[in-house]
Parts: sequence; C-alpha cells; structure tokens
Amino acid sequence: MPLLELKDLTVSYGRIEAVRGISLTVEEGELVTLIGANGAGKTTTMRAISGIRQLSRGSVWFDGKDISRMKAHERVLAGIVQAPEGRGVFPGMTVVENLEMGAYARVFPTKAEHDETLARVYELFPRLHERRDQVGGTLSGGEQQMLAIGRALMARPRLLLLDEPSMGLAPMVIQQIFRIVTEINQAGTTILLVEQNAQQALSRSHRAYILETGEVVTSGAGKELLADPAVKQAYLGVA
Amino acid sequence: MSTETVTAPAAPHLGVGDRIRLWWDTLPRQTQWLVGIPAIVLIALLPVLRPPVLTTVGTDFGGVLAQFGMYALLAIGLNVVVGQAGLLDLGYVGFYAVGAYTVGLITSPDSPWRVHGLDPHWAWLAALPVAVALTAISGLILGSPTLRLRGDYLAIVTLGFGEIVRLLADNLSNITGGGRGLSRIAYPVVGTSSTRPTGVFSAGNTAHPVNSGTAWFWLSLVLIVVVLTLVGNLERSRVGRAWVAIREDEDAAEIMGVPTFKFKLWAFLIGASIGGLSGALYAGQVQFVVPTTFNVINSMLFLCAVVLGGQGNKLGVILGAFIVVYLPNFFIGRTNLFGIPINGNEIANYKYLFFGVALMVLMIFRPQGLFPARQKLLTYGRDVYAAARRAATALTHRTEETVGEAR
Repeated sequence: MPLLELKDLTVSYGRIEAVRGISLTVEEGELVTLIGANGAGKTTTMRAISGIRQLSRGSVWFDGKDISRMKAHERVLAGIVQAPEGRGVFPGMTVVENLEMGAYARVFPTKAEHDETLARVYELFPRLHERRDQVGGTLSGGEQQMLAIGRALMARPRLLLLDEPSMGLAPMVIQQIFRIVTEINQAGTTILLVEQNAQQALSRSHRAYILETGEVVTSGAGKELLADPAVKQAYLGVA
Repeated sequence: MSTETVTAPAAPHLGVGDRIRLWWDTLPRQTQWLVGIPAIVLIALLPVLRPPVLTTVGTDFGGVLAQFGMYALLAIGLNVVVGQAGLLDLGYVGFYAVGAYTVGLITSPDSPWRVHGLDPHWAWLAALPVAVALTAISGLILGSPTLRLRGDYLAIVTLGFGEIVRLLADNLSNITGGGRGLSRIAYPVVGTSSTRPTGVFSAGNTAHPVNSGTAWFWLSLVLIVVVLTLVGNLERSRVGRAWVAIREDEDAAEIMGVPTFKFKLWAFLIGASIGGLSGALYAGQVQFVVPTTFNVINSMLFLCAVVLGGQGNKLGVILGAFIVVYLPNFFIGRTNLFGIPINGNEIANYKYLFFGVALMVLMIFRPQGLFPARQKLLTYGRDVYAAARRAATALTHRTEETVGEAR
C-alpha cells in the first residue's frame, strides 16, 4: 500500500482546470519528483495534497485512508507537512520561533525529544543555528529555504512536501539544498518534491513524474528519465 | 552566501522605549508586579490629585479619564483583532454600540425591551454580562461568514457592519428606540451619602474629589487590569502564537497545522466582547445612548489609538488611547498655551485632521507605532527567552527595524 496515492485528481481555478486527472503514488521511504514547465500544475497538485486547495474531482489517499475532505491543519497532524513555494517563512519571527511554529500542531511529548529534533535541524542546517535569533524576514533566500525545510522537519513529517526548494537560489546553494534533501530522505522521511531544476531533481530521486498542462505525460525511475531523449530535449536543454 | 545579513552584533541602535522594555523583560515577574501595582495606584489617584500640568480646563478631568478608561478597553479589544491576529476591523464601533445598546435596552424606561422587576441598584451590573455575551455573539455572527475574506475585503465588510449597526439602531424604532435614543439608563447605585444622594456612579454626582467621572475611571481601571491579565495570558499561550502566525502568513500558519479559521473567529469574539464591555460602561456612565454616538468615524479613532500606540503591544495601545482621548480635551477651553494665545476649542474641533497628520508622520518615521510589539513565542518559557534575548539583543533590534521598513 503506497503512503500517498492520488486518484484522478482534478483541481480547478474557476472554469480553468489547472490539474486534469493526475494519478500518482508515493511509496513509504521514497523520494519522488514532479517536474514540469511553468503552469504544468505542479504547485496546484502540492496545494491539493496539503489541503490548501479544494479538489473538484478525484481523491487523495494517505496511509490507506481517503483524506480528500480533510482540512489542511488536520493533514499536518496526520503527518503531511509542506515547505511551501516562495518559502512562507514568518517574517517577523526569529529563526527559533519559526522552527517552534513547525512543532505547533504536533507538540513534543517531552522536552528532551524537542531538543533532540531541534539539534538535528541545526545539524542539517548549521546556518540556522548561527542565525537563530535573527528575524525570518531578514534572512537571505537560501537561508529562508533552509528555514522552511527545517520548520517542516520540526513537525516530524511522514510525508514531506517540498515545493521548488531551488527557486531563485544560486547554483551552489541549490547543490547544498539538494544534498540535504537527499540526506533527509535517507534518514527515513518520504519526500515528494516539485522542481523545475530537472537535472538535480531527477538524478537524486527514486522515481519521477513529468507533468504537462495538468496531466502526467511520463513517469519512471529518476535516472531512466534523465537518459530519456524526449525529457532531455524538453527539460534539460540538451538536444 | 548572503551579503545583506548582519553577522557581528554591531553597536546596538536602540530607542528609549526599547531600552526600557528590554530592562523590563529581564525582571522577574514578582518585581514587575512590585513596580506595576504602585504605578497603577498612582494612575488611579490622578483625578483626585489633579496635577496642574495634566488637568483639563474646559472639561472635567475625572470625566476625561473615565472616557480614557473606556477607550483603553476598546483599544485592548481592537488590539486583539488588529494587532494580534492581524485582521483589519474598521467596524469595531459596532460592537461598542451593541454593548451600550444592550444595557440601554434592558434598563432604560424608554426601551421596548425593558426588563421589569430588576432591582434598580443592581440593574446595570445584571445587564453587564448580558451585554458582553450578546456582543460576543454578534462577533460570531459577523465573523463566521466574513473571516473567509482577507485583507482589504475583510476591512470593507467590517466597515459595513459598523454602519449597519448604527443604521439599525436609528431606523428600527420599535426595537431600539430609534433616533431619539434611550435615556435614564441604569447605573450602579453605590456609596449614597448626603452629598451624593444618588451614589458615586450617578451622572449627578459632581462632589469633589470623587465625582462620577472618577468613580467610572476607577471601575474601568479595575476592568482594564482584569482584561489585560486575561489577554496577556492568551498572548503567551498557544492561542497567541497562532494569532501571530496568522498575522504573519496565513497560508503558512495553516500548513503548520494552525486551525486558522477557528483562531481568527476566537480573536473576533474576544475582541468583540471587550468592545461590548466598554460599551456597557459607556451606557452606564452617560446614562443615555443615541445612534449618532456610534458613527463610523469612531472606529477610525479607535484604530488610531491602536496604530499610534503600536499594534500588538497592549500597554502601547493604552497609551495610544490616552493620547486620542486626552489631547483634544487638553485643548478644549484653553486660551493660552506657554504664553501663546490659542483658540483651544477650534484646535479640538480639528482633532481628526491632527490625528490624520500624526498617523502619516508616524507611518514615515516609526511605522510600528510609538511602542512596537515584540512577542515571546517560544514553547519553553520566558527564561529560555530571556537568555536568548540577552545574547541577541543588538542583532534582533537592528533587524526588527529593517523588517518594519520593508513592510
């Protein structure tokens, strides 16, 4: 049984269908990527999974249960945590306060466990520890992305949704973020990643789905897709 | 990786208010109370001592302070909605009206709903909880459909609500008494004596030093302390953290598992009931309510108190309320200021103009208000926070300002 399953998912903005009948699965422990051009429906799909957008058709299944009607904040309790596109860091809160907000819904049973998780986040992102008392709004783009991921980790997700973590970042920072994403996945957290940076994303993920205008056009193992001539041409800019 | 961030805790750039607050935050709770209680007592004695620097000429100082007490409650209530949860409410006067009208409708002889058989000594006190409860319900009624809206849209809808309440009070004569208003509203009959035959709270009590204004000021001070304690505890709880998260980024808050709609509704409900409490005080003090008192421009004045004082800082907004009430009254009846002849009444008449200009100046030079808020949001207590604070003082304060400017 997959951890996450989308069945014929359709999401509309008014009369426009941004996502048209997507079906996909994410198995426990996997790192799965959705890639596609602008307007392909990647972010909309993410928002439907995290519950910020309503579905117009189809269903979302998590851990064997239909969660299509579940509210966004209840999905966090179930274990689906998103690091939103554009980072969504609380600008007036310090880094620590932002991280604490990640644990808002899923309160730590003991302080020791809290400290342990916080220490792990700092270990993954030493930069956040350096900046812990600085307010979120004054962090650089890369640091904000780290904070968004760190904050999501504080909720101890079963499924981590990462929406374009590489957006607007320098190539070196992108490398670093992807390395950490892989590390988080290897430590046992299932990840669904949305990316435009196909090269990095495909080489690091187990499987990938390619979206075009709201539909899945291809899917397969990350490395296979990387070698696929059609994908190469469309997303990697290689003829 | 980043160039715009501050690495070394360079020379701290702190305002006077920041220094005081920083020092205050590090004090233990007991010491805070030890300083706080005498300060409150001193403020309470103001209408009795009537210091010549502060006292007003054209209006009774006690009455001005009573009005300040009510505005302070309004500012605290509105601050929960606007300052804490970040929901712009332009119709807050509507809740003030609901509170005042509830007391009026229960106790005034003009009222079609008058509750007969109420002991006149306790009628006001009996009506008070009803007023608070009804305003809370009106907050729920306004909030549940409208809190799905955000930002400007919410502001417009609440603006409409404020007007609707006033228009209903004016036009539904069979239900509300209409444009003539409700007179002879009950007040608590306490402390009757030969000089005060109707008690200290009666509008007819003009005996010195404790006239009716002073009595109402004292009552409102007690209520302010109670409400501040309640609101302060809420702010420090999970509820307060949820409000701040919603204010900062509603979508992100929802994604972090904060039930945003529920908490927005709570903010509305709590804010409304505090507004209703203030309205009930007003009805008791003036013993007369009329729809024109609840004009929408009052909402702007309340909002002005909150923005002036510093959104989110409950002590700051009380100071804002003081400025908004006291300054116009300071000028009324004054013909001379520091030896310069002035027409004080004219100046007081232009208060909206002056407050408007003051707000614009404030937005340019100190956009977070005179006393900006700084929340304590950590899960594990104020000790941890104080420790972190001492280490990071300089850094945070510098960056806070940058954020303020960026907004």
